[in-house]
Amino acid sequence: MTTMTIAKAINEGLRAALANNPKSLLMGEDIGPLGGVYRVTDGLIAEFGPDRVVDTPLAESGIIGTAIGLALRGYSPVCEIQFDGFVFPGFNQITTQLAKMHARSNGNLTVPVVIRIPYGGGIGSVEHHSESPEALFAHTAGLRIITPSNPHDAYWMIQQAVDCQDPIIIFEPKRRYWLKGEVDVQEAGTAADPFKAHVLREGTDATIVAYGPLVPVALAAANAAAEDGRNVEVIDLRSLSPIDFDTVTESVTKTGRLIVAHEAPTFGGLGGEIAARISERAFLSLEAPVIRVGGFHMPYPVAKVEEDYLPDIDRILEALDRAMAY
Amino acid sequence: MGATHLPSTEFDGTAVDDQLEAEAEAAMGEPPAPMVQLLCPEGKLGTHPVFSEYAEKLDPEKLRRLYADMAAIRRFDVEATALQRQGQLALWVPLTGQEAAQIGSGRASQPQDYIFPTYREHGVALTRNVDLAELLRQFRGVSNGGWNPKDTNFHLYTLVLAAQTLHAVGYAMGIQRDQKLAATSDPARTEPAAAVMAYYGDGASSEGDVHESMVFASSFNAPVVFFCQNNHWAISVPSTVQTRIPLSNRAKGYGFPGIRVDGNDVIAVHAVTEWALDHARQGKGPVLIEAFTYRLGAHTTADDPTKYRESAEEDSWRAKDPLIRLEKYLRTQHLADDDFFAQVKADGDELASYVRRTTHDLETPDIRNAFANTYVEAHPLVAEELAWFEEYSAGFAAGDSDEGADAGPGTQADTEAGSR
Repeated sequence: MTTMTIAKAINEGLRAALANNPKSLLMGEDIGPLGGVYRVTDGLIAEFGPDRVVDTPLAESGIIGTAIGLALRGYSPVCEIQFDGFVFPGFNQITTQLAKMHARSNGNLTVPVVIRIPYGGGIGSVEHHSESPEALFAHTAGLRIITPSNPHDAYWMIQQAVDCQDPIIIFEPKRRYWLKGEVDVQEAGTAADPFKAHVLREGTDATIVAYGPLVPVALAAANAAAEDGRNVEVIDLRSLSPIDFDTVTESVTKTGRLIVAHEAPTFGGLGGEIAARISERAFLSLEAPVIRVGGFHMPYPVAKVEEDYLPDIDRILEALDRAMAY
Repeated sequence: MGATHLPSTEFDGTAVDDQLEAEAEAAMGEPPAPMVQLLCPEGKLGTHPVFSEYAEKLDPEKLRRLYADMAAIRRFDVEATALQRQGQLALWVPLTGQEAAQIGSGRASQPQDYIFPTYREHGVALTRNVDLAELLRQFRGVSNGGWNPKDTNFHLYTLVLAAQTLHAVGYAMGIQRDQKLAATSDPARTEPAAAVMAYYGDGASSEGDVHESMVFASSFNAPVVFFCQNNHWAISVPSTVQTRIPLSNRAKGYGFPGIRVDGNDVIAVHAVTEWALDHARQGKGPVLIEAFTYRLGAHTTADDPTKYRESAEEDSWRAKDPLIRLEKYLRTQHLADDDFFAQVKADGDELASYVRRTTHDLETPDIRNAFANTYVEAHPLVAEELAWFEEYSAGFAAGDSDEGADAGPGTQADTEAGSR
């Protein structure tokens, strides 16, 4: 066991992936000598050289599109998109090409491309640097999407992503890059299946589902609720495509109430998908409607008011109050 | 190839092209690169300081092969168009007029080269030994691919314009890495050097991905040949809306050679492409070839060229027909006789018959294949939806065998499936 931040855990995970798989390589803007704008790739070019850690031209479609070509030639590229809001120039390559290559080749071709996207707000940044576009990708069949919330998961999930034969997007909660935690670099343990949700806190009165940057918020809300005598279960979803509905269903069958929290706008977001599925699967167990806590239907607001936009402990507790009132 | 007659003019371009070139000259302060032409529309062969050397490698047998290929793919095109009109294909993308650009470039490639086509490269497919009946699977609606690219190094068609140009550059970057890995692991091993060719059109040249692919190719000196077929029309929009300068001139801005070749001259196309692929394989970096040609028919069977262009323009290009041009040369040089051309026609009819017969027999796939191929690894949502589909389908089967029992949607089976 060793303690490190999420950023360092991803760095170590990438180092292990590059060492274990000679056909793996990193591609992105400023990931070489600079080590990435968040220093997640720090030191890797010195260790593996510029053919394995490639500073690319400033072109997101180019990064994803050439990664597809490299994958077709047998390589395992890991692309870094510098910020969430900058993925859209590469959106076409991801959704019309990367996601569909295996299907349209009748299974003959595989494109094991990994795309790393730092996402979410709360860092006081300017526009296009704080978005949560995960639902746009989760809606696209052919992609897998995971998001770690702690260093141990981050260390293992990035390596599992490189090993995965399907294209996979790993959304990294950028405001948690400096969150420290213990990492077991020998054993993945419970992180062994990156597509399985984790129950982080057991409870009986209600379930809160969160992922990525909101996991610590959900845990804090559950702890605050405990002071009011409410025993709340917290689930870290970890995988957004596929979603581990079995774990959520099992929890809701026990607690009877579900709150889904994410930073992305509520409308059309993954919270709606989870609410609908759980309503189908556990309708007779539900004591209250599934309540969503998320961002508003607006472009991510300016940093000075982002605290009003981002779901926080109070917003989750308010939702819990509403659920408990039924 | 013994003839030495130079064409009397550089290239008998259209008025549109003259205007373009004049504008280019005015804009750049220099004339556009000259058009490479070896075989003029009258069927006479000229010389070129660089490319004649390559053209001379085309012995009589190879020249006859180029003609036979062009005739075969034109016959195939006619048959596929007919199949579409008869309702056997959902859509067809005709290539008539572009045979020389495709056969000439495709035949210049080596088996180890990898080709990324757009969606009109039926002639290139022929040169890569793709079964042309398989090629129709996409247009018949039984597949989104139809062949295994690994068998022929000919990638699937890409319908999203220009997306494949980036795939080509990435693939070429992979070839570079393979060479380094091979040199490290086994210096004695010698494999033929490979290059990649990316096809796209004048319309697609406006897409950002073409620009990004050229930036990447140039930055990493990737062994890739960009082959732009300028067929003058992006569905109904003329090439003047895509560019003010010859498209080949754009290569200069990226820092690699751009060559404009008479795309209806199969000998020049073959020579230029062979040179470019050699250039790329030798590690000298990318090349852009603009094959200046013309789409004689519609963009697809869904549009009507009479709504957007004059028949006189089409007629002027019919005079530059790539097949007639090579036939004239083969006849005047006594390289092919009536028997040869009769045989080519008979072979074409046989190909058409094969394609027609096989297309009718293409089996409709089971949608279970789509469930199986969405992901490589097991996926719970796909498994859940497949299980639902199986149960739902079984419900209909039960209804068929159990008279009076309605097992259709909204029945017990459906409700159970929905309540899992």
